[in-house]
Amino acid sequence: MTTQQPQHAAIAAEGSIQVVMIGLGDEKFALDAGLVREIIDPVPVTRVAGAKAFVPSVINVRGNVIPLADLRIRFGMPLTEDSADTRIVVIELNIDNEPVLVGVTADKVYEVTEISRTDVQQTPRVGMHWKPEFICFITKWREEFVIVPNMERILN
Amino acid sequence: MSAVDPTEVFRQEAAELFETLEGALLDLCQRPDDRELVDSAFRALHTIKGSGAMFGFDKVAAFTHEFETAFELVRKGEIKPTQELISVALAAKDYIRALIEAPDSTDAIIGDAILDDLKRFVVPAAQPSGAAPRMEERAESKTAPEQRSAGWQLHLEFDSQILRNGSNPLDLLEDLAKLGPCFAVPNTDDVPLLDAIEPEDCYLKWDVTLSSDCDKAAIDDVFMFVLDEMKLVITPLAQVELPAPAPLLQETISEAPAVALAPAPEPEVAAKPAARAEARREEGKRSEERGIATVRVQAERLDELMDRVGELVIAQARLTQLAASGSDLSIKMIAEEIERLAASLRDTTMGARMVPIGSLFGRFRRLVHDLSRDLAKPVEFVTSGEDTELDKTMIECLADPLVHLIRNAIDHGIEDSAKRAAAGKTEQGRIELQAVHSGAQVLVTVRDNGGGLNTARIRAKAEEQGLIAPGAALSDNEIHQFLFHPGFSTAQTISALSGRGVGMDVVKRTIENMRGSIDLSTKPGQGTTVTLRLPLTLAIIEGLLIRVGDGRCIIPLSAVEECVELTAEDQRSRGRNFLNVRGNLVPFLRLREILQVPGAPETHQKTIIISTGETRVGLVADQIIGNHQTVIKSLSKLHSDVTIFSGATILGDGTAALILDVAQLVALAQARSEKQQMNEAA
Repeated sequence: MTTQQPQHAAIAAEGSIQVVMIGLGDEKFALDAGLVREIIDPVPVTRVAGAKAFVPSVINVRGNVIPLADLRIRFGMPLTEDSADTRIVVIELNIDNEPVLVGVTADKVYEVTEISRTDVQQTPRVGMHWKPEFICFITKWREEFVIVPNMERILN
Repeated sequence: MSAVDPTEVFRQEAAELFETLEGALLDLCQRPDDRELVDSAFRALHTIKGSGAMFGFDKVAAFTHEFETAFELVRKGEIKPTQELISVALAAKDYIRALIEAPDSTDAIIGDAILDDLKRFVVPAAQPSGAAPRMEERAESKTAPEQRSAGWQLHLEFDSQILRNGSNPLDLLEDLAKLGPCFAVPNTDDVPLLDAIEPEDCYLKWDVTLSSDCDKAAIDDVFMFVLDEMKLVITPLAQVELPAPAPLLQETISEAPAVALAPAPEPEVAAKPAARAEARREEGKRSEERGIATVRVQAERLDELMDRVGELVIAQARLTQLAASGSDLSIKMIAEEIERLAASLRDTTMGARMVPIGSLFGRFRRLVHDLSRDLAKPVEFVTSGEDTELDKTMIECLADPLVHLIRNAIDHGIEDSAKRAAAGKTEQGRIELQAVHSGAQVLVTVRDNGGGLNTARIRAKAEEQGLIAPGAALSDNEIHQFLFHPGFSTAQTISALSGRGVGMDVVKRTIENMRGSIDLSTKPGQGTTVTLRLPLTLAIIEGLLIRVGDGRCIIPLSAVEECVELTAEDQRSRGRNFLNVRGNLVPFLRLREILQVPGAPETHQKTIIISTGETRVGLVADQIIGNHQTVIKSLSKLHSDVTIFSGATILGDGTAALILDVAQLVALAQARSEKQQMNEAA
């Protein structure tokens, strides 16, 4: 547990922020590196009957049972089979003012990198098939658009 | 670890002493003649004073001193501990607590008022002036005039264990010497031969001649904290035939010199009382600890220990699984050994977290006492099952709900004296608070013998608030459930205590957060019983591991009654979900349906019969795997909407498994079977 940097603070700050770049389907998402606790290989999951669709299961991460969220379900993206590149990104969020560990499935984890605030694009109102409140902002990275998701909203 | 705030230590210690003091004072209401109680209250006061002064709580020490002085008279038996006096004493206790907890915001005027009250009891009439310390003098002059000049002959015999408890008879003799010229002769009759001497035992007895005009209580004071470890005979010197102290002096062994001490010079005496009080405090503490040696441990450390033990148990389960799959006999032996050790470590750790509920019950006696006085409703408060143990976190959570329930019982439940007389009941109402173990649950019951719930009025109120349609068909039980509705109150007048309609909903929520439930039963004119059913939710439970489809889950073993095979006939029947277990109809649930496992059920289905309270329900699973030491991990907030699981655990192979919530499943089964019955009836 190092810095517990809230996502919004990072956005407000001038200059660049450190992110973990992950791939989901055809899209690239940038998760604030301050939220990420660890990245692990896929582990056996335990389905939770009756749970919300986007947190369908729990996993064991170092003796803690944590929920495993699937952003693809939240964003209405098609599900893909696990591949050799599939990873679980463990992030720590504040939900109702309590730190909660959540695993997020990623089809691929690219790298830890910096994105610049100056490249921030306005979130377009049209041409998006996901809800605008799930997105902090969209920025450019190596001539590609990447989405910085608002994890707290997505998971609440 | 080393930087423990000494004042914090004092606060904690004082909190315990207050509990003792309050308990003793309240008991005195019932048994005003019990000397033990007076003494225990006095000891508590004395210790508070001593340590208060030591830790710089001067105001506390000063006030407690005055309080103590007044109480001294009770101890001497000069005044009776009447109800009024005890009320004032309780107020004084609260004031001291306030002084300790918030020294700056406590108004000295309150303290003065309390002291004035105290003095009123202490000084029977006339002479309203006179500071507290002088009262003592006056009291003394009343009791001991005839013995003034005489002095005392004392015979002291200590327990042989006394030195091990940290008390030193020589210090006590020195204390005694401060009362006046003292001539002490040791009696060595019991000293064994050198070979048989236990160096830590005390074999000596003393005969002391004290030439002092002090009264008997002053001597008692010196030995106050060791009284139960010694034999003390005090005779006025006048009645003693002055047997010349046996001239054995020279023959006594050198370690036990005859103590002939002159009274300490005047200035030193002035400086001594604090030190003496402190010494006594130490002695008192040690003699109390003799019974049950206790160590104060921070709650967080216990939690941490529990976490570690939990991890150990998981690791052990993996080791056991690994050993079972191999053929190495020595590893199997070690695995078994570790399993046994881990299990006993788990039990010990869990035991360390268990607190008898009596510590909680004690707090309510004051509440009942005060409420009964304020509302002028005499109430008898009876508790039972104080030694029922619950996890400490649950005890903490229970305090508020029980306060609400007891308040309600006195304010709304118990009628006033006139009504009770008219109904032919005893004038004194009765509140019972009871805790019992019942299977996997602890039942905490609050029972009053008041008027009972007014079902008609609750119904009228519910209709008025639009919660039900007028004339809707509801059972009494359903109507009573409206009491738990937020903002619902039938009290016609709002009192300072209850009637605002906040409370019962909070009670319900708190209990449900603990995965418990509330039963309410009432008989008009005879009273109301509220039963809190609490699970023994602990950090680790014994579980039954079962398989449903590909998934595995845990049923708390304490809820499991038996396992039976589901007959082919039962399995086929779709419409009827009842089992015949030795002549009893038991409804069952197919876990494959509940857990939404796709596919057809396997051929040999098993039924696990579980029970909560009186209800039994069967759960149909594909396979029963066996016992599992289950370390409970709570589900995260993201899964707070899932009700059929009470938590999760980690299995031997490192995967997570979910723990079924038995109470929820039973409720589900009941709802289903009721629906089914209604369908059949229709």
